[in-house]
Amino acid sequence: MAKVPVQFSLNGSEKAEFVDSGATLLAVLRGKAGDTSPKGGCHQGTCGACSVLIDGELRLSCLTLAETCEGAEITTTAGLAEAGVLHPLQRAFMDGFAAQCGFCTPGMLMAAKALLDRTPNPTREDVVEAISGNVCRCTGYEPIIQAILAAARANSHNAA
Amino acid sequence: MRLAKNYFADERRDDLNEIGQGRPRADVPGHVTAKTTYFADRNFPGMLHLKMVRSPHHHARIRSIDTSEAEKHPGVVRVLTAKDVPHNTYTILILIQIGPEDEHVLAEDKVRWKGEAVVAVLAETERAAQEAAAKVKVDYEVLPAVLDMEAALKPGAPLVNEHHGQNYYMYDSGACRKVRFGDVEKGFAEADHILEQTYSSSPIEQAPMETTGCIAVPDGNDRFTCYTNTQAMFFTLDNTSIILQMPGSQLHLVGGTAGGGFGGKVDVIVEPIAILAAKLTGRPVSFIYSRHEEMQISSPRAAETITIKDGVMKDGRIVARYVKGYTDAGAYSRHSPYGAQKGAAHYPGPYTIPNVWADTYCVYTNRTPSSAMRGFGVTIADFALEVQMDKLARLIGMDPLEFRFINAYRDGDMKAHRQTTEGAALIECMQEAARAANWPVAEKYFALSSHPREG
Amino acid sequence: MAVRRGRGVAAINYPTGMNLGGDPSQALVHSTPTGNFMVTLSSVDLGQGLKQVISQICAETIGVPTDRVVVDTADTDTGPHCMGTFASRGTHRIGNAVIQAAKEARQVMLEVAAEELEVNAADLETDGAGNIHVKGAPQKAISIFDTALSAHFTRGRSISGRGMFLVPRSFPETETGAMKPATCYAHACTVTEVEVDDETGEVTVLTVKNVFEIGRALNPKMVEQQLVGGSWMGISHTLYETTEPYYPARDHGGSDFNEYLMPGPGDLADTEIIVLERPSADGPYGAKGPGEMCANPQIPALANAIFDAVGVRIDHLPITPERILRALKEQRRV
Repeated sequence: MAKVPVQFSLNGSEKAEFVDSGATLLAVLRGKAGDTSPKGGCHQGTCGACSVLIDGELRLSCLTLAETCEGAEITTTAGLAEAGVLHPLQRAFMDGFAAQCGFCTPGMLMAAKALLDRTPNPTREDVVEAISGNVCRCTGYEPIIQAILAAARANSHNAA
Repeated sequence: MRLAKNYFADERRDDLNEIGQGRPRADVPGHVTAKTTYFADRNFPGMLHLKMVRSPHHHARIRSIDTSEAEKHPGVVRVLTAKDVPHNTYTILILIQIGPEDEHVLAEDKVRWKGEAVVAVLAETERAAQEAAAKVKVDYEVLPAVLDMEAALKPGAPLVNEHHGQNYYMYDSGACRKVRFGDVEKGFAEADHILEQTYSSSPIEQAPMETTGCIAVPDGNDRFTCYTNTQAMFFTLDNTSIILQMPGSQLHLVGGTAGGGFGGKVDVIVEPIAILAAKLTGRPVSFIYSRHEEMQISSPRAAETITIKDGVMKDGRIVARYVKGYTDAGAYSRHSPYGAQKGAAHYPGPYTIPNVWADTYCVYTNRTPSSAMRGFGVTIADFALEVQMDKLARLIGMDPLEFRFINAYRDGDMKAHRQTTEGAALIECMQEAARAANWPVAEKYFALSSHPREG
Repeated sequence: MAVRRGRGVAAINYPTGMNLGGDPSQALVHSTPTGNFMVTLSSVDLGQGLKQVISQICAETIGVPTDRVVVDTADTDTGPHCMGTFASRGTHRIGNAVIQAAKEARQVMLEVAAEELEVNAADLETDGAGNIHVKGAPQKAISIFDTALSAHFTRGRSISGRGMFLVPRSFPETETGAMKPATCYAHACTVTEVEVDDETGEVTVLTVKNVFEIGRALNPKMVEQQLVGGSWMGISHTLYETTEPYYPARDHGGSDFNEYLMPGPGDLADTEIIVLERPSADGPYGAKGPGEMCANPQIPALANAIFDAVGVRIDHLPITPERILRALKEQRRV
C-alpha cells in the first residue's frame, strides 16, 4: 500500500510519519504517534470519543484522513495539561465526579475545550450543543454539563 | 442528591473515618488526562488483526466452506475454521455445572442465528482482514427459522438447537423453573377481581462506549497473556482453558479497567479465538468488535414476554398472583437459563402475596443470543409487575401508591421462594417519594414501617 | 390535539449477587515496608468505581487514610479468584472479602506495634490518620510507617491478610422453587411527570424523583454518579432503546449511535435523587448493590405516567411515539 509522508504538530511537538494512504488520523495518532488519548468508540463518527482539535477546530479523528493533516496543529487530551498543571476542565471533571468509565472523557474534554476557547461564558444550552456529538453511557450527561459550566466559571473568575 | 438521614438512623453508624465519605476517585486523574490504560491502548510489534466471517442467514446448513481466495489475499496470515478449535462446542455456565454445551466457537455444520461466527481471518492489517473475510465462500442451505418464542414453543416447530432437543431449556424441574407458594386457585376463587395482562419487550443493547475485545500475546514460554475488558477474569480464563484444551497455567489474563460493561462483557467470546490465533501464528492478535458488532452481534438483553394474572380484593389486598415468564435466549444458552431462573424468584415483587405460582421459561429461537444486562432477569419483570400494579389499583379505584403500601413486604414476611424478608425498606422509599413528589397519601400510610408486623 | 400531562409511580426491590451458582470472591492485602497497603484482586472495575470503594473499605478496616491504600485489580497471575463484576455483587462480595483480609492484616500490624510499644495488642487502636496508640493514652503511640518498617526489617512479620467471601450455591427445590438467589435487597420508588403530545406521540419526561434505599452509601459521591446515570438509562430503556425495532425485519437494527437511539444531553429530565440508608446485615459496612436497580423503577413509572396523560397502555418496551400513536388511534376508533 502506498505510504504518504505527513508532518504535523501534536500537542506542540513536531511529528513526521509515513502513513498508509487512507489511514485515519485516529489510527495514526494511536498506532504511530504514540498518543492513545483519542479513543475509538465507533470508528464511524457517531460517538465523539476520538475528538481532537485540528487548528483549533473540533474534529472527529476517526473520520479524518491522516494525509490531510499536513502542517496542521493537532491538540489532544494528552496535551491538555500544561507543565503538569491540569486544565480547568480536567479539574472540574474530577471535582464534579463527571467521569465513570472514562472512555468518553477525552472526547468530552476536547468538545468542551473547543467551546470554551470560543465562548468563555457559555450558557447551559451552549454546553449541551457543544457535547451533542459525544455519547456517554455511564453518567446521564448532567455531571458533565455541570463540570463544563463550573470550569467556565473558574476560568472567568481567574481572568477577573 | 440528598441523603435522607432521618430514616433508619438508629441502625447506622455515621461516624466512620473513610466509609460514608465522598472521597475523590483515585482513577479519575487518569481518566481526565487520558492516561488510563484500556486494553486497546497497547501496541505490539507484529500484531495481527482478526475479523470474523458471519452468517447472513437466521438458520442454515453449511454445505461447504472455501477459504482459498481469502488465504491468497495480500496480508492474510491464517484462516481459522471450526476444525482448528480443540474443544469447539462449549457453554459458558458449564463452570457452574449448567449444561449442556450447546454453542460453537466457530460454526460447524449449521448456523443458528444471523451473525454467527463461521470463519476467522487473521491479517497484517484490519483492512486486509476485512477484505479477505469478504472473499470467504460459504455455501449455505437455508433452513426454516424460528423467529419468536410463541412459534418456537408450538408443536412441530423447527428445532433451533440440537444440543437441547427441544426449543426450551430443560431445568431439573422440567420445562420451566417453578415457584409454588400457597394455593393460587383458592386465592383466585376468593378474589373480588381478577386481572390478566401480558407484557413484552424488545432486545436492548448494553452499548458500552468501549467495544468488546482483547489482545492476545504469546510470551515465548508457552504462556499467553491476554489483555481483555471482560467483566469476569477467571470465568474467561477457565472457559478458555476448556475450549483450547490448554492448562490454565498457560493463560495469563490482564484487565480490570473497562470502558463500561453493563453486562455486555460477561460472555466469553473474543478471548478463546484470539488466544488460539496467537498460539497458531506465534504473533500478537487483536480481536476487537466493531461498533456494528457491538450493537448487532454481541448478546443483548433478552426479549421477554410476561403474563401476570392477579386476584385482588376490594380493600386492596392482592390474594393470588400467577406468572408465566418467557426469556428469549436466542440460539444458545449463554447466561439465559440463569437469568430466567432469577426472574422466577423475583416475580412476586416487593409485595407479600399469600398465593403465588410462577413459571419461567428459557426459550431458544434463531435470534441473536441474549445474555446478561444491567438488571438481568429483573428489569423487564419490574416493568411488567409495576404496570400491573397500576392497573390493579385503578381497577379497584384505589390510589396506586396507597395500593402499594397495603401490599408492601415487611421484615419477617415469607416470600414466595421461601426466604424470610429482612432489611426491607420499600415502605420508607414510598413514604419519602410521596413527600418529595407531593403525592397525596393518607396519613396512616406514613405511620407504617418495614419492621415486623405485630402479632 | 394537545400536549397532555401525566404522573406515574413505581416501586421495586433488587437482589444483591448471583448465588444460584455459588458466589465467591477473594482478596489479598499486604503492607509495603513503609506502611502502604496493597489490595490484590482479580476483580474488574467497569467504570463504576470499584477500585475506589474497595480502597475505602480496606482503609476503614485497617485504620489508615484511603490514600494509603492501592488497589490492583484483575491480573490472574497475582489476583485470587473473583466470580466477576455483575449482578450488583462487586461492592458487596468483594468488599466482604477485603474486610476479612484487612482485619487479618490489621491484627498483625497491631501485634508488631504492641511489641514495639511493649504493651498488649488488644489495648491498641488506630487514629485513622496513620498512627497506632494505646487506648486512652494517645501519647503512647507509633506510626504505621514505623510499624511496617519494624515488621519488615526487625520483627520479621508479614503484615498481610487473606479474605474470602462465599455465598454457598443455592439449588432451587424443583416443585416449590424454594431458593436463595441473593442475599440482601435494595429498594426504590420513582415518581415521574411526563408530557405526551397526542398528535406526534412524543413523550417529554419533565421530572423524575427517585428515592433509593441502597444499604450504606459507602462513598455518597460515587453512589450519586451511579444513581444519576442509572436513572438516565431507565428513561432511555423506556422510550428509545432496542436493537430490533421492527423485528423480525433486521435491517432497521441500529449499528451505531446515530441509529441506536438514546436520550442525548439535550433530552434530560429534571432529576432528583434521594437516598435512604438501611444497612444490610451481611454487607461490607452495611452496603447493598445499587448498580443495577437504579435503572429499573423509571421504566414502569414512565409507562404509568404515559397512561395517566393520554389513557393508553403500552405494554411493550420501548414505548415509542409510533406505538403511542397506534394506541391512540385504536382508542379513538373504540
